[in-house]
Amino acid sequence: MKGPSYGMVLDTRTCVGCSACVIACKTENDVPDGVTRNWIFTEVSGTYPDLSMSIRSERCNHCENAPCVAVCPTGASYYGAGGTVQVDADKCTGCKACIAACPYGARFVDPRTDTVDKCTFCLHRLENGTPTTACQEICPTQSIYFGDLNDPESDVSRLLASRASYTLLPDAGTRPKHFFLR
Amino acid sequence: MKRRDFIRFGSAGLTAAAVLGAARSRQLQAYAHPVPDPRTDGDRVVPSFCELCFWKCGILAHVKDGRVTKIQGNPNDPLSGGRLCPRGAGGTGLLYDPDRLQRPMIRRGARGSQRFEEVSWDAALNRVAEGMQAITARHGAEALALYSHGYGGSWFEHLFKAYGSPNITHPSYAQCRGPRDAGFELTFGEGAGSPEITDIAHARCLVLIGSHLGENMHNTQVQDFASSIRAGGDLIVVDPRFSTAAGKARHWLPIKPGADLALLLAWMHVLITEGLYDRDYIAQYAYGFEQLKAHVEPLTPEWAHPRTGIDPAVIRQTAHLMAGARPATLVHPGRHVTWYGNDTQRSRAIAILNGLLGSWGRRGGLYSSSQLEVMPYPKPAYPTVTAAIRDRADPTLYPLGHELAQGIRDASIRTEGKEPGIRGWMVYGSNLPTTLPDQRATYRAIQDLELLVTVDVLPMEIVGWSDVVLPEATYLERWDDLNTPAYREPFVSLRQAAVDPLFESKPGSWIAKELGKRLGLASYFPWNDAKEYVETRVRATGLDWERLRKDGTLRGSPQPLYYEEGVAPSFDTESGKIELYSAQLAGLGFDPMPTFHDGEVEDPPAGYYRLLTGRAPTHTFGRTTNNRLLSEVFAENAVWVNRAVAAKWRLQDGERIYLKNQDGVRSTYSAPVKVTERIHPDAVYLVHGYGHKAKGLRFAQARGIDDAELITRYKVDPIMGGTGMNVNFVTFLRASDVDAEAAKEVVT
Repeated sequence: MKGPSYGMVLDTRTCVGCSACVIACKTENDVPDGVTRNWIFTEVSGTYPDLSMSIRSERCNHCENAPCVAVCPTGASYYGAGGTVQVDADKCTGCKACIAACPYGARFVDPRTDTVDKCTFCLHRLENGTPTTACQEICPTQSIYFGDLNDPESDVSRLLASRASYTLLPDAGTRPKHFFLR
Repeated sequence: MKRRDFIRFGSAGLTAAAVLGAARSRQLQAYAHPVPDPRTDGDRVVPSFCELCFWKCGILAHVKDGRVTKIQGNPNDPLSGGRLCPRGAGGTGLLYDPDRLQRPMIRRGARGSQRFEEVSWDAALNRVAEGMQAITARHGAEALALYSHGYGGSWFEHLFKAYGSPNITHPSYAQCRGPRDAGFELTFGEGAGSPEITDIAHARCLVLIGSHLGENMHNTQVQDFASSIRAGGDLIVVDPRFSTAAGKARHWLPIKPGADLALLLAWMHVLITEGLYDRDYIAQYAYGFEQLKAHVEPLTPEWAHPRTGIDPAVIRQTAHLMAGARPATLVHPGRHVTWYGNDTQRSRAIAILNGLLGSWGRRGGLYSSSQLEVMPYPKPAYPTVTAAIRDRADPTLYPLGHELAQGIRDASIRTEGKEPGIRGWMVYGSNLPTTLPDQRATYRAIQDLELLVTVDVLPMEIVGWSDVVLPEATYLERWDDLNTPAYREPFVSLRQAAVDPLFESKPGSWIAKELGKRLGLASYFPWNDAKEYVETRVRATGLDWERLRKDGTLRGSPQPLYYEEGVAPSFDTESGKIELYSAQLAGLGFDPMPTFHDGEVEDPPAGYYRLLTGRAPTHTFGRTTNNRLLSEVFAENAVWVNRAVAAKWRLQDGERIYLKNQDGVRSTYSAPVKVTERIHPDAVYLVHGYGHKAKGLRFAQARGIDDAELITRYKVDPIMGGTGMNVNFVTFLRASDVDAEAAKEVVT
């Protein structure tokens, strides 16, 4: 039996970009002042009044072919449970090669430890028996879904099967596991 | 029968609360490096309700080693459903704000100098009581006023009622929701409520007139908004700005600012002339249809076109969409609707449109609320107050208005030959300089006061002008009265302290009781404290106190919501029907049906742009802009300028500018320009609540532009006294030029 492959799906149709996900992530994960593990991106196209807009809550894409893992000289960046991309702070020297390599700007230096930090998909919660990420749990519009992409019955799999979706910078060859529903 | 029925708990009792903590479905496989647990789960989890805005969502405060680590939604609570907006999630940023008021203070410098001496609670409370009594001795209790916003204000309202003052005011009426409720009461005999009685989740067609749901983050409404979108409901958004909601709409109508009423009338024209309105419903429940029909007959989409800028074909198409989905078509009543001074009439047009669509009382429209009745704590009856509230110069003005906050301010100003009617203010949680239009009038009134007392958590502008400052504990550190709003279902939720008050701050309930003792009103405060007060009320009602403490919310039995479910239609209007034509308004000398008067809303002068304001999802006005946690995502406002306008002025995106209004008032601070296609070329847009001047707000001070200081003009709604504030125009001053000029002045 195949192990789990954790991924995330964001519904751009309902996301209002309120940033509850950003704040909940900060308090859940004790993220230091001045940095965040997730953020809102607003894309506007057209000319007044013929406009369209897409709003996305974004974070680490937990790529299957992650340049940050490939470039890390110490093995601090690694593929963890469910194929997620994680950072082992004990091995991180703060060289920032991964920050330069990530095409999504998902990583930052934690000023308290001088090591690199980013979204973990809240795997500590999963370990403690909570099957949701903090951003998913707080989201007032229920736009964030986390789950096992290998389980055809999971919310993420069923949404991806039924709705059109895209990933960010598909040409970068990173094979993100964070999907956005159109 | 009143539409809003109070529900008593019978033997049927409560429905079972949702079970917390879903069973875990999958086990994690063991792996080499476990992700470290940040250990933010609490040793204790305390359910309560939020106070970052005024929606009162149920929360769970995680407390670890005596500190609140994080705040989640309470799944038992019908308002949050376990989910929160960013402000609710960011409540710890208020609790641990390093700029909090810590100790009582008495002013030692000139008014507004922000110089204070820290004193004991006893000294501060004595000073307040003496000040109130001195004013009362000379001018009566009617020379004192209470401004209040926020849930802890109930204790001070109780104090003022016991003291015998008629002047209790909430700026949330005349500066915000008042016109809407007047318009709906005139039409249906009932206001739109808070939480609004909007059945957004079931709307098959939702129409927003300037409402920016998604930026305005009243939690349940936004949850329902998303549900409506998920269910495939149509969305029509009318806004001069391409708002977040507009970005999700099937039809965005980029209306010329101030022309909403023309569009609403043209929609009525289409519905009536094409016979698309709900004929049976109107025949059964409405009064004045023939008058309305004749009234809107000439108001064609072609008539509306030059006034609104909206293509007549789009007006027809959207009217058809609304008619196709009726009665599950909801034209949202809005919330902050004090725009142009004709706001009651616009709100009435919205109400009438809902009437034509048959959506009032129907699923997907406006539902019938119910409310839990909780026994009061036994206390003496209030004294009879014969003096009228001093909120208007002439009692014949604003016949349908009440508690006009700006009127109480104006009554506090000393003018030649006229003594002020109001001599002292107590201000609870209302930062009046940024709440009321015309700051100069507010500061004049403050200068003329004999006593200004503020009860607040943070050193807001109003605090700096006070004689006595009473530092309140935050909502996470205090108990307050029970929340039992009129809503989709009857429920009660509890505010309980998660942690002890920091510094020397005290709960409002304690402050009011201590003042009561000093004012000879001890008998009005027979409770030990707020906890004993609410426990007594809950037990006297026969509710399970222990369970309420544990679950945070107790929910009553579901009640019928719609006429389809057996709610009996009833309208508390003069005719007992839905009033499309209002004889009451006609009798008062107002238009009996909403009428668009050309030229009533002034166009901007050349080189000026209409100042429009709104909300960021992370902020509740200026109350939260000092919150470091929330400011991680929105630290400063920006001036939205249409790209073509910016090109004309050669303004670059991100360049800092000052704004100057039509009266020559320049913003104290600058803000970056946001060059965008998302705003009408006639207008600029600012998120309200920035540009604080208070020195004590060390984070928020001098960040961005305060829209309120540019709102020197306002147009008062003659029906109910609301202050239309979208009647100011601004132009741009390059910050580099202004700052160079200022530097030159310093040198010379």
